[in-house]
Amino acid sequence: MPSLKLEAVTTSHLDPVNLVINEGETVVLHGQSGSGKSLLLRAIADLDEHSGEAWLDETSCSSMPAPEWRRQVGYLMSETHWWRALVGEHFHERNCDLVTRLGLPENVFDWEVNRLSTGEKQRLGIARLLDNRPGALLLDEPTANLDPEHTDMAEAVLRDYQAEHGCPVLWVSHSPEQRRRIANRIFQIEQRRLVEEPL
Amino acid sequence: MTLISLTTTDLLIAASLVLLVALLSWRLYLGSAKQLLIAATRSAIQLILLGYVLHLLFESNSLPFIAALSLFMLSVAGYEVMARQKQRFRGPWGYGIGAVSMFISSFSIMLLTLLVIIQPDPWYKPQYAIPLLGMLLGNTMTGIAVGLDNLTRNAWELRNQIEARLTLGQGWGEAIADIRKEALRSGLIPIINSMAAAGVVSLPGMMTGQILAGSPPYEAAKYQLLIMYLITAGTGFGSLAAVWLGSRHLFDDRHRLRLERLKKR
Repeated sequence: MPSLKLEAVTTSHLDPVNLVINEGETVVLHGQSGSGKSLLLRAIADLDEHSGEAWLDETSCSSMPAPEWRRQVGYLMSETHWWRALVGEHFHERNCDLVTRLGLPENVFDWEVNRLSTGEKQRLGIARLLDNRPGALLLDEPTANLDPEHTDMAEAVLRDYQAEHGCPVLWVSHSPEQRRRIANRIFQIEQRRLVEEPL
Repeated sequence: MTLISLTTTDLLIAASLVLLVALLSWRLYLGSAKQLLIAATRSAIQLILLGYVLHLLFESNSLPFIAALSLFMLSVAGYEVMARQKQRFRGPWGYGIGAVSMFISSFSIMLLTLLVIIQPDPWYKPQYAIPLLGMLLGNTMTGIAVGLDNLTRNAWELRNQIEARLTLGQGWGEAIADIRKEALRSGLIPIINSMAAAGVVSLPGMMTGQILAGSPPYEAAKYQLLIMYLITAGTGFGSLAAVWLGSRHLFDDRHRLRLERLKKR
């Protein structure tokens, strides 16, 4: 059963975090800016030095080569970054169905990156993440720059992927409405701790 | 042909031109005036001192003396590389990357040249060894300094892009590949340009000097070519080593970008 388990994962902003996100479960995290949400996701993705251990299924982060671990845990940064001229050059596979469901035309893969709007970049960032076939999703405000219509589309795409692969999802969201729509459990960061809130 | 001897006045005329540039850039608030004057003064003191040191050295022919001067030149070159970095590595790496890269390239190329190509007697004959090392170090130093500066500056500016690539499962080498390529290119561009322009736009200093001193032009051209290829190889190996070591040290064993290993000036 794929689950994401955090064992005393400690970052500079948070006391040790112990948390299990089960197969297909969505845990939503919120809290003030600078409270350490992104740092926690970065630690799980092993982008920063940290203590504690994260597990995906029965495999621990430190027992796996870092690049393979990061591909598996699927961390989506709040801002997307692109390093080639064309959109398609950032993808393994041109999944036209996926981009259509995100409200983008099929020829988006031939577009130039520097002409994309912020919202287009964010939706393409989601498509690029899923193109990598991660086993879990760590999403840092994945719909922050989207209008309501595109937010619905992005949520549906992410939910479908989660259902199909049974992914555990850790989702940072500032929107109370969105939290109600997607969350199985909600945690708020208060004074260096994760505090569970009623749904 | 006899050399026309230069008088102090001749030198002062040339120096006053440098002073004029410094004055202009100061009046126009363009900066660099102070650095320009310091470098000009330094070069005067250093070259005059070197004249005396070389005079002693050429007469003594002593291997320990030559080795000591070579090491001194290398250590100063290592310091110069470090001093030219806007963001340099903290701790011993800041000095080490440049110095080690220069040692690997310049020293091995100097030894190869002396032992296999020129074969003077004795092999360490200072009239060949010291100018050769000087030309190698001088050019390699610039290549390494430019390459490293480019690497660390771009890694800093494009840190989010590097981390985005890491999160998608790229290893450190792939995540910094473009930045590394650009860094190496910037280190090699000056020497590639100078080869391309040699003899057409620029007259290389050593060849000009040899012709002035009465060497047949064909002989002078052969020496200049030799030096140019050696300098290119030295700069190439040195920049490769520095850019590789530098980019490796920007990451740890878990392929994390470790920009805190850089010190901002």
